[in-house]
Amino acid sequence: MTADAFLDIRNLKIGVSVREPGKPARDITIVESVSTTLAKGKVLGLIGESGAGKSTIGLSSLAYGRGGVEITGGEVFVNGRDILTLNRQGLNQLRGREVCYVSQSAAAGFNPAHRLIDQVIEATLEHGLATKAEAEARAVDLFKALSLPDPENIGSRYPHQVSGGQLQRVMTAMALCPQPDLIVFDEPTTALDVTTQIDVLAAIKNAIRLTGVAALYITHDLAVVAQVADEIMVLRNGKKVEHGSTQQIIEAPQEDYTKALVSVRSITHAAQDQTETPLISMQNIVAGYGKGPKVLHDVSVDIFAGQTLAVVGESGSGKSTLARVLTGLLPASSGQITFEGRTLTPVQANRPVDDLRDIQMIYQMADTAMNPRQTVATIIGRPLEFYFGVKGKERDKQVAALLEKIELPADTAKRYPAELSGGQKQRVCIARALAANPKVIICDEVTSALDPLVADGILKLLLDLQARENVAYLFITHDIATVRAIADSIAVMHLGKLARYGSKSDVLAPPFDDYTDLLLSSVPEMKIGWLEGVTAARKMEGAGN
Amino acid sequence: MDIKSIPVSAWLGIIATSIFVLAAVFAPLIAPYGMSEIVGDVWEPMSSEHLLGTDNLGRDLLTRMIYGARTTLTIAALATLVSFTLGSFLGMFAAVIGGWSDQLLSRSVDLLMSIPTLIFALVVLSVLPANIVTLIFVMGILDATRVFRLSRAVAVDVNVMDFVEAAKLRGEGRIWIITREILPNALSTLVAELGLRFIFAVLFLSALSFLGLGIQPPEADWGGMVKENKDGIIFGIPAALIPAGAIAVLAISINLIADWILNRTTDLKGGRGDS
Repeated sequence: MTADAFLDIRNLKIGVSVREPGKPARDITIVESVSTTLAKGKVLGLIGESGAGKSTIGLSSLAYGRGGVEITGGEVFVNGRDILTLNRQGLNQLRGREVCYVSQSAAAGFNPAHRLIDQVIEATLEHGLATKAEAEARAVDLFKALSLPDPENIGSRYPHQVSGGQLQRVMTAMALCPQPDLIVFDEPTTALDVTTQIDVLAAIKNAIRLTGVAALYITHDLAVVAQVADEIMVLRNGKKVEHGSTQQIIEAPQEDYTKALVSVRSITHAAQDQTETPLISMQNIVAGYGKGPKVLHDVSVDIFAGQTLAVVGESGSGKSTLARVLTGLLPASSGQITFEGRTLTPVQANRPVDDLRDIQMIYQMADTAMNPRQTVATIIGRPLEFYFGVKGKERDKQVAALLEKIELPADTAKRYPAELSGGQKQRVCIARALAANPKVIICDEVTSALDPLVADGILKLLLDLQARENVAYLFITHDIATVRAIADSIAVMHLGKLARYGSKSDVLAPPFDDYTDLLLSSVPEMKIGWLEGVTAARKMEGAGN
Repeated sequence: MDIKSIPVSAWLGIIATSIFVLAAVFAPLIAPYGMSEIVGDVWEPMSSEHLLGTDNLGRDLLTRMIYGARTTLTIAALATLVSFTLGSFLGMFAAVIGGWSDQLLSRSVDLLMSIPTLIFALVVLSVLPANIVTLIFVMGILDATRVFRLSRAVAVDVNVMDFVEAAKLRGEGRIWIITREILPNALSTLVAELGLRFIFAVLFLSALSFLGLGIQPPEADWGGMVKENKDGIIFGIPAALIPAGAIAVLAISINLIADWILNRTTDLKGGRGDS
């Protein structure tokens, strides 16, 4: 152990006891012999797919195992003492004083009934590290360092009175307030929009620099971690794949897996020319929920047969609402939809079955999009049965053919959704949509819940299927990289209006309107110093105006 | 399913309940005497001739207990069946349709629930002709209000899941959505409630019989037997405690089974609910 390495994890082993119904409990190792050290003031990025054990390792530096997870071997030294041997009292001294934690969902991390400032200074007061006045002054300084608006008074607000990005920064202030030696950031920007993420990232980076705290930064997004971390450790299935400086990992990865992560989104798709008449034309759509304000204002887009229209925007931009209008679940209050030259009935319940069949949908969360009590055969087979009256052996045959199309083994048909992985589930959902032999499939954030490599596979599959079946996609996403990969035409949405609309080459070529520019420049790029470059450029612009 | 994976508590429940059920089914074969046959003195103590002694009229208590199990279990089971069919169907119907039908059904149920069940049953039963069918339906309908609430709550939860939306988008009818999409996912909760409701039906029937509005003499049922023998307690005669104890044992054993089933089905829930 080097002199300045104050966090030293040695041969960490973590296991969890899994109990399947009808079988005796068995232990699974989820982290195997991981060792690392961290010096004061340095940031270590932990990166990996879901199930890689990155959060589990992060939490082990607080000597904490979430939900039945147990640290079964190894040592974790913080400031020279093995924290795994500490008793309850010792742990209380450690947590919230020497090591603090910032979770992914700030909204769930705050008590909605208390003011922000009281929650920010709570740990500091609890440990007797400062008087109330000192702690509050410290909190205000941190709010400034995190560039929160109105730092003197923002603390007197309640959690629901600040935005998601601000709340995430307040949570960082909460973790920094007791002046800990180490902070564990667990996917702090994953739930945020790209334009918000960049602000939060810059604020976190600034605060780390000012306070000199060390940090473990956990994320699945290599481009994000490249902006804040000094070193990166790549994890897979609980094992260390590669560990090196950020520069080395990004620019000269050694292991195949790391190479795959760095080069992800290698899909390219040449945009097709628009044909004469669109398959679906949505004209001047205005829609809203109940008596509330309108969510969509005068939106007009066209979908061409066999092509992909990507609708991109941040949360609340109305992109999912557009999909609901097309499905007929939310009839537009004005405007009309033309489908193959005739007007489409606005309300779903009144549409003829053939129209329902022609418009299929794939959801973001494949978990909730499939009935957990039905087998894959029933899930995929039902549209066949319902629309085409295919039954019995013939149905099983067609289900098998569909499974082949989505590149899953034939015995998947007998399984339940719970027995499939995330990517397999999404594939089954694609097969269900395909079973109806539709003309257009609405894909609502279909890859955003998936790991990058798995998402890549899904996108490739969708493109293949489009080429073979000539099906059109209305592809809703917040991820510009996905849009670049698969779109033929793009609609950028902002606050319920079309900010920009046209073919892919037109939309992604300058000159940009202000919003599209902001959106495009906020997407993290996988190079060191990108964050500084963008923030500096924005400051210049601000000064210039 | 592996027999070894059944926990001890569930085994106790299963054994006790099967004893009751077997006694009820084979009552005429097992019972040593006739149901309303007077075979001895009033409140005779336990002896080799009368294993549990005799009751307030000198009838064999064990015989009455066995026949009592028959009436009590049958009526409670039928009442539970009525309440479940009615309650769960209407509850899911209300949840899926929503709007006015939901309001109408839910408010009527609220109205029915605002009247204390026992008093309501007493009034209705004293007006209607006293026979077993009326009794079953009155018990079933009153209990259905509770089942309605539960199944509506569960169905509302399931109804907003994406897979239900997917089914609606496909154009599926309401019957498919209720029976194929929602019901299988609500079943575990309903099964757990089934155990509880059955026991409440037993207790309710016993209470009604105790008050003289349930099973009419000379038919035997456990609640009625407590009533018939309650005066004996003053003289230190335990005859009333035996049917009371049987009610308690049945209640506990059915709940042990329901608990186990609930555990098993939540395990199988497939990613939902755990983690």
